Amino acid sequence: MKLKEIVSCIGAEILYGEDLLDTVEIENAYASDLMSDVLAFAWPGTLLLTGLTNVQIVRTAQMMDIPAVVFVRGKRPQEEAVSLAKNVGMPLLVSSMSMYETCGLLYKAGLSPCIIPSREA
Amino acid sequence: MDSHYEVEFTVRGDDFLAAGEASNQIKETLIMLGVPSPISRRASIITYEAEMNLVIHSGGGSLRAVITPEKLTIQATDRGPGIPDLHLAMREGFSTAPDRVREMGFGAGMGLPNIKRNSDSLEIESEVGKGTTLTATIFFHEGPVDRR
Repeated sequence: MKLKEIVSCIGAEILYGEDLLDTVEIENAYASDLMSDVLAFAWPGTLLLTGLTNVQIVRTAQMMDIPAVVFVRGKRPQEEAVSLAKNVGMPLLVSSMSMYETCGLLYKAGLSPCIIPSREA
Repeated sequence: MDSHYEVEFTVRGDDFLAAGEASNQIKETLIMLGVPSPISRRASIITYEAEMNLVIHSGGGSLRAVITPEKLTIQATDRGPGIPDLHLAMREGFSTAPDRVREMGFGAGMGLPNIKRNSDSLEIESEVGKGTTLTATIFFHEGPVDRR
């Protein structure tokens, strides 16, 4: 799914990366407010949805080759996060809906989850 | 590439704005050397979690990456408080991070387990009151780099 389709699916506001919407291709999504869980479970190329707004979100995404981030609940990322995203060419979107609703719409539209491997007891 | 390539960065304690910069530079170095992305991604998770640990717990330290044709070694060294119970620290969900760190999305007790999962070998030497040295190694089983 092109990032452009994701924007229209959830009615996202584009904070940065308008010119990248046609080029970024997304197949999976992962939603979390725990960055170590993102590092543990997200797949490369995954869209990240989060309610956190600090610069470490963009750093984490960068480390995981995550191409774009959606901030949910209408939360706006901190200025440092936006400028880092601009530096690395990472589109940032804002959804005014809850995490659940945003994810639900994307799931319904065909965006697949990152499968969590079965855990050791 | 040369048979031995080494980079080292100083990581400041409690500097959450800069946290991740060293890891990113190491990642760029690996990409520049032609290390395949599945390996550079594993390395990124190790360096980033280790860097966050330095920032959160140690008051700062150093992050070093040594790349040879056989392996990549990542070393995080600090003179911080040390880890009293390493077995407990390795357990998923165990964390001593303060609330302000948790509010940033870290300190969920996944850092060391994430490092272990992405390493082929992991050694942690720690002494309470003296500091910690973490050494993680990834072996390049199928040849690490593009040798064009």
